[in-house]
Amino acid sequence: MPKKFVKEFNVIENSALNATNFLIKVQSDTEFPVIKPGQFVNIEVKEAQEIFLRRPFSIFEVDYENNVISMIVKILGRGSRKLTEVKVGSKLSMVYPLGKTFTYPSSDDKILLIGGGSGVAPMLFLAKESGLPVENVDILLGARSKEDHINVDSYKKYANLHYASEDGSLGEKGFVTQHSVFTNNLNSYTKIYACGPDGMMRAIAKEAKAANVFCEVSLENLMACGFGVCLCCIEPTTKGNLCVCTDGPVFNINDLKW
Amino acid sequence: MVDLKVKLHDIEFKNPVTLASGTCGFARETAEFFEPGLLGGYFLKGTTLKNRDGNNYPRMAETPSGMLNAVGLQNKGIDYFIENIYPEIVDYDTQLIINVNGSTVEDYIALTEKVNELDKINAIELNISCPNVKEGGMAFGVSCPGAEMVTREVRRVYDKTMIVKLSPNVTNITEIAKAVEGQGADAVSLVNTFLGMAIDAEKREPLLSTITGGLSGPAIKPIALRMVWQVANAVKIPVVGIGGIMTAADAIEFMLAGASVVQVGTAIFKDPMIPVKIVEGIEDYLKRHNMQSASELIGALQV
Ligand SMILES: Cc1cc2nc3c(=O)[nH]c(=O)nc-3n(C[C@H](O)[C@H](O)[C@H](O)COP(=O)(O)OP(=O)(O)OC[C@H]3O[C@@H](n4cnc5c(N)ncnc54)[C@H](O)[C@@H]3O)c2cc1C
Ligand SMILES: Cc1cc2nc3c(=O)[nH]c(=O)nc-3n(C[C@H](O)[C@H](O)[C@H](O)COP(=O)(O)O)c2cc1C
Ligand code: FES
Repeated sequence: MPKKFVKEFNVIENSALNATNFLIKVQSDTEFPVIKPGQFVNIEVKEAQEIFLRRPFSIFEVDYENNVISMIVKILGRGSRKLTEVKVGSKLSMVYPLGKTFTYPSSDDKILLIGGGSGVAPMLFLAKESGLPVENVDILLGARSKEDHINVDSYKKYANLHYASEDGSLGEKGFVTQHSVFTNNLNSYTKIYACGPDGMMRAIAKEAKAANVFCEVSLENLMACGFGVCLCCIEPTTKGNLCVCTDGPVFNINDLKW
Repeated sequence: MVDLKVKLHDIEFKNPVTLASGTCGFARETAEFFEPGLLGGYFLKGTTLKNRDGNNYPRMAETPSGMLNAVGLQNKGIDYFIENIYPEIVDYDTQLIINVNGSTVEDYIALTEKVNELDKINAIELNISCPNVKEGGMAFGVSCPGAEMVTREVRRVYDKTMIVKLSPNVTNITEIAKAVEGQGADAVSLVNTFLGMAIDAEKREPLLSTITGGLSGPAIKPIALRMVWQVANAVKIPVVGIGGIMTAADAIEFMLAGASVVQVGTAIFKDPMIPVKIVEGIEDYLKRHNMQSASELIGALQV
């Protein structure tokens, strides 16, 4: 029985969350396997001659009842831009489900989820899946300004929301690692999870290591295949060069050579 | 009923579609998508005597209709393969071929001796054409004396089917093909990747950690096809055709040009199911053309 699939899906929604982030929802005519936060799909960019490879995107939400999954696509370059132009009613080909999930928190954990840039989706997904009471889940989102943040108010029922923006237009001014929930008492958390740009991940890992708090980060290395055959997406770890696509994208910071 | 079976030297492939080394891992990874027995065979990830970490990240750059890679033969070494991977894949109902790599002739020999002991492995592919390693690799494959020496020495210790994989980064690939044929190669496979380069103009930096890397994908297909055609006409041993195959039509073109078997590589990154579709497409082609057997395609180009 296959565990991974290549399939064409119907695009049922493509809406702008702000100027650069789009919510893309696709529907399947068959059931989805169980999908966990951190896992991703590899999407074909159609009608784009110069784009040869697929583009990986985290799975954001899964609606098993209606066979719908969604992704948040941030415009970075040519491929992501092209994807945000897909029309409702058209088809998207995806390879799925790829990668591994996070270590789920246990019922007595207090967790901090940090998302930045294109890394917001898996953090929101994990907040929903954690099964913890709201008071034990803090989400900290970072962006350049208010305009770059997306509205995630519907996640208030799963977590306390905190914002950092570089210009101070939403939440506290500065990077996520300068935010009070991060600087005040990192040790009040038993688990920290993060997804976002490389520099942000490294800064978070450094502090979490110093505070000796369990921390997992989801990496976004460049990929060719997405299923462990090309060895292009490697990350140096204490266990050697591992594939972000199959051994990750989630890694414990103690295993990374940062 | 059409017969998809083809022979390469003295081994049989249930169909001419195989996967290229370095693009199908150790066959287990593609088994998550489809039954390995659907394909003719797998050329497993390039293996060396000892563990190799490969090159630094970034190892990949997308190019128009293709990609550059600079993986540098990352693998855990032959002993790890024999102990941990071989038992897991040994029962796959398909040909499993080990892609053998060395920095020195002694490496190639020591490695081949170990592979010779593996019952289920009916052939090796001698890689003398990897552009992404500093020593050995392509250095052997770009001169006739180098290619001859490795082929001759490995031939002494290996008694099953020996396929030598050729580099396209040479002035005249038929000379190298003839040279390895003269030293006892049972077949040649071609092509490996073309040495290429990509630059980020904004940052004024190379896109690969190694600056240069190997180009693969549909971008190389016409050149690979020309080389397969030339080599098939120059040697008597069978040829394995490789380079940018994306569709059944591509695979058939390589066979018409003289390939007995084809390898699908980079295409699988774009769609892991492509190899299975190619098998179906070849069968369909044979029916449409009232041909009985896939082997009728080999070298059937009308000029
Ligand atoms: C496991 C995983 C999950 C991801 N999840 C999401 C997600 O949920 N939402 C989202 O918006 N994005 C996500 N990404 C990132 C997304 O895949 C890239 O933004 C996208 O591939 C860029 O393609 P492009 O054609 O737009 O950019 P290109 O035109 O290919 O590149 C534009 C520029 O960005 C650089 N670049 C391209 N890809 C990456 C990358 N992965 N990391 C760093 N730099 C890069 C290029 O080198 C180039 O300079 C994820 C990546 C991975 C590996
Ligand atoms: C990521 C990657 C890794 C590769 N690794 C190997 C290898 O280990 N040994 C080898 O002989 N060829 C290797 N190759 C070359 C392929 O086997 C093949 O010869 C080449 O990619 C051309 O075929 P294609 O255009 O269908 O990909 C590799 C190619 C790619 C793209
Ligand atoms: S992207 Fe190919 S191995 Fe990870």
